[in-house]
Amino acid sequence: MSEALLSGRGLTLRFGTITALDGVDADLWPGEVLAVVGESGSGKTTLLNVLAGRLRPDAGHVWYREPDGHVADVHAMPLPVLRRLHRSDWGFVQQDPRAALRMDVSAGGNVGERLMAAGARHYGHIREEAARWLEEVEIDVARMDDRPSTFSGGMLQRLQIARTLVTHPRVVFMDEPTGGLDVSVQARLLDLIRTLVRRLGIAVVLVTHDLAVARLLAGRIMVMQRGRVVEDGLADQVLDDPRHPYTQLLVSSVLAA
Amino acid sequence: MKGYNFAYLDEQTKRMLRRALLKAVAIPGHQIPFGAREMPLPYGWGTGGIQVTASVIGRGDTLKVIDQGADDTTNAVSIRRFFAKTAGVRTTTRTAEATVIQTRHRIPETPLTDAQIIVYQVPQPEPLYKLEPSRTETRRMHALADYGAMHVKLYEQVARYGQIAISYDYPVMVNGRHLMAPSPIPAFDNPKMHRMKALQLFGAGREKRIYAVPPYTEVVSLDFEDYPFRAGRAPHACALCGDTASYLDEVVTDDRGGRMFVCSDTNHCATRRERAA
Repeated sequence: MSEALLSGRGLTLRFGTITALDGVDADLWPGEVLAVVGESGSGKTTLLNVLAGRLRPDAGHVWYREPDGHVADVHAMPLPVLRRLHRSDWGFVQQDPRAALRMDVSAGGNVGERLMAAGARHYGHIREEAARWLEEVEIDVARMDDRPSTFSGGMLQRLQIARTLVTHPRVVFMDEPTGGLDVSVQARLLDLIRTLVRRLGIAVVLVTHDLAVARLLAGRIMVMQRGRVVEDGLADQVLDDPRHPYTQLLVSSVLAA
Repeated sequence: MKGYNFAYLDEQTKRMLRRALLKAVAIPGHQIPFGAREMPLPYGWGTGGIQVTASVIGRGDTLKVIDQGADDTTNAVSIRRFFAKTAGVRTTTRTAEATVIQTRHRIPETPLTDAQIIVYQVPQPEPLYKLEPSRTETRRMHALADYGAMHVKLYEQVARYGQIAISYDYPVMVNGRHLMAPSPIPAFDNPKMHRMKALQLFGAGREKRIYAVPPYTEVVSLDFEDYPFRAGRAPHACALCGDTASYLDEVVTDDRGGRMFVCSDTNHCATRRERAA
C-alpha cells in the first residue's frame, strides 16, 4: 500500500434497496484537503461516516496509517481504540454546531473537553489552551465563559472548529461546515479553515455540495453520483476541465457571480 | 413476625439481591441491575437501601439507621422499627454497636470497622446522568472509562464560581476505574469512603441498581491539580457539644433570624456530651 494516511477500498453500503456506496475507493494523503462533492443523496456523507469509522460498510475496508507507520483497519479496531482516535488524532466537524457542542457549557469548557478527555487535569493549563484556540478562531477571549447559546451561527461553527483542533488532530472530517451560514460569514469561515489547515498541516476530508467551497479549500476533488465516484482529480482540473457528463452538469449549474 | 419471611423479602428475592451484591463487590463502583421489589414505603424513602439491608442482615446483627445523620427522624425510626418487627433483630443508635448501618445522606463521624457493613440509600446511581441523558451512552462511557465529560462539569464550576462548588453527591473514582455517585452524602464525607474498613453497599430502588465498594478500596474525589478537592464544613463549633471538626447542620430556631449550628450526626453529638458530663 502507498503512503496514504487514510484509504478506503471497495466500500459498499446498502440501506435496504438503496445503494448508498457502491465500491468506492478513496485515498487521503497527509496534509491535503480532499473534497467530496455531489448532489444530496449521492452518498457523500455516508462515505464520510464510513471513512471515519462511524458507519460500518457491508463490504470493503478503511485503512488508517498511525503516527508510528502501522496501518490499521478502522472497522476492525476495538471500540475503545476507535474512540480514543476520535478524541485525539481525528476530528469531526458537523454541519450543525449545535449537535456537536454542549450548549449548556461555556465556550471554554467546550474547547477544553477534548483535552480533559485526553487526561488533562490542570485547570490553568486547560484554560490557557482554550483561550489560545478561541483566539485562533477569532472569538473574543472575553466571551470564554459565555454559553454557546448566546453565540451567532458563524461563531458557533468557529467554536466547533476550535474544539476539534485543540488536540492537534492529523485528520479532520468536515460535513458541510459552511452549510446554513450567510455568504459573508461563510467567506470568513472558509478563510479561517484554509489558514488553519495549511498552517497545521491537517489532512481534511470535506463533504460539500458547494463547488465554490471545494474550489477554495480543496486540493483534490472526488465527484460522487448515486454511490459511485464518477470523477476524481486535482481541484482545478476537475472544475475547469470536467470530463464526466455529470461533473460537467454540476460545474455548469454554478451561478456566475 | 407471623405471616412474613425473615426480614420481609422472600428467600428467592434475597438470593437475587445477593447475586447482584457479589457482582457489585467484584467490580467496585460498577452498577449492577437488579429486580427491585415493591416495598412498603415510597420511592425516595430508601426502597433500595432497605432491600439491600434485608438481603444482608442476619439474626445476630444489630441495626442502626441514619437519616441525614440523625437516628430520631421519621425515616430512620420507621426503617429501624420495620426490621425490628420483620426480622426481630436488635437495633441501636450507637454507631460502634451496630453491625449493619443503613444510611441516607451521611457517613457516621465514628470511623467504621471491618466488622461493619454500611448500606447507602441512593436516589440516582448514575453520576453522568445530568451530562448525558442516554443510559445506553453512559453505560458505554463507563465501559470505555470515558469520563472527560465529568471534568467538563468541574471545569464549569471553577469557571463560574472560582472553585469546585459541588457540596453533595461529589463524584468519585473507585479503584482507579469506575466513576461513582457516592449518593447525596456531603462532600465532607467523601474522604471517609477512601480505604474504609467497612464494606460499603449502595442500593437504588427506583433506578434498580446496586453497587459496592469493598473494604480498603481506593475512593478518590475528582478534582484538578491546581484546584484540589476540599471537604467543606460550616466554620462553627457545634452549639451542643462544641465539636469543631464534625459536619454541622444549620437549624433555624425562630422566625426572627435565630439559628444554631449543631452536629448532623446525633449519636456522635450525644456521645461527646455524655463523656463531657
